[in-house]
Amino acid sequence: MTLALYRVDDRLIHGQVVVGWGQPLNVSFIVLVDDEVRSSDWEQDLYRMGVPPSIEVRFASVDEAAQELAVWEADPRVGILLVGDIDTAVALAERAPQVRRFNIGGVHHRTGRTERLRFVYLTDDEARKLRALVARGVDVTAQDVPTARPIPIGEFT
Amino acid sequence: MSDLHGVIVSHAAVAQALVSAVTVITGIEGALTPVSNEGCGTEALAERLSQAVGAGPAVLFVDLPGGSCLTTSLRFAKRHADIAIVTGVNLAMLLDFVFHRNISPDEAARRAVDAGSKAIRVTAA
Repeated sequence: MTLALYRVDDRLIHGQVVVGWGQPLNVSFIVLVDDEVRSSDWEQDLYRMGVPPSIEVRFASVDEAAQELAVWEADPRVGILLVGDIDTAVALAERAPQVRRFNIGGVHHRTGRTERLRFVYLTDDEARKLRALVARGVDVTAQDVPTARPIPIGEFT
Repeated sequence: MSDLHGVIVSHAAVAQALVSAVTVITGIEGALTPVSNEGCGTEALAERLSQAVGAGPAVLFVDLPGGSCLTTSLRFAKRHADIAIVTGVNLAMLLDFVFHRNISPDEAARRAVDAGSKAIRVTAA
């Protein structure tokens, strides 16, 4: 198999990812791509909690992820790649052109963002960056859980 | 020692429902504050939690032993003294807690684990 899901979720590893997606996809590993978490052992311990021992958790900076992506894609097991914000998704897609899709799973309210969907709030700049990703051939849809409909970019940017 | 405050941190409406159940059963109000992660990113949940805890010493009762409710609670506890965290919140531990709040957060957390664990069992048919 491969990386079955490239997800933008500001909660990073949490129930929807581990259980909601992890169970139906039969996920064996999660790659958390975040420069800040990569540099903090304490944060890494935090995100490991609540992940069952059957699922391996790896942490990578954006640069490391761009280098390792081919290895993860060639892994015979099923994995999920997670980033915490649109900027990290864009940075990864720029460094790793083999990134062909992103699931927007949770980008929540913050000053300057407006509601686009129940679980997606974006600044105008973030919406523009997502459209630019699509223009470069990356498939971007919003979907919080597997049972929901994948919402095309035109409906939320 | 003043009475401890309990904050329940959960997915969806679990926390609110537990607070209602404790009040219905005991008549005690104000000992517990619910916090839901509904619609929250990390920052918004941290803000909700901070407002719910206030100045106090407090025990945070978290629904699952991992995930956004726990990670937010652990980050909060790292920055504040007198906070204890218990995961796997259930009604039994909360019922015990509201009657035993004149102790330290750590003691209250140990009590909660004990009371909560004892309530989980397979009953005879």
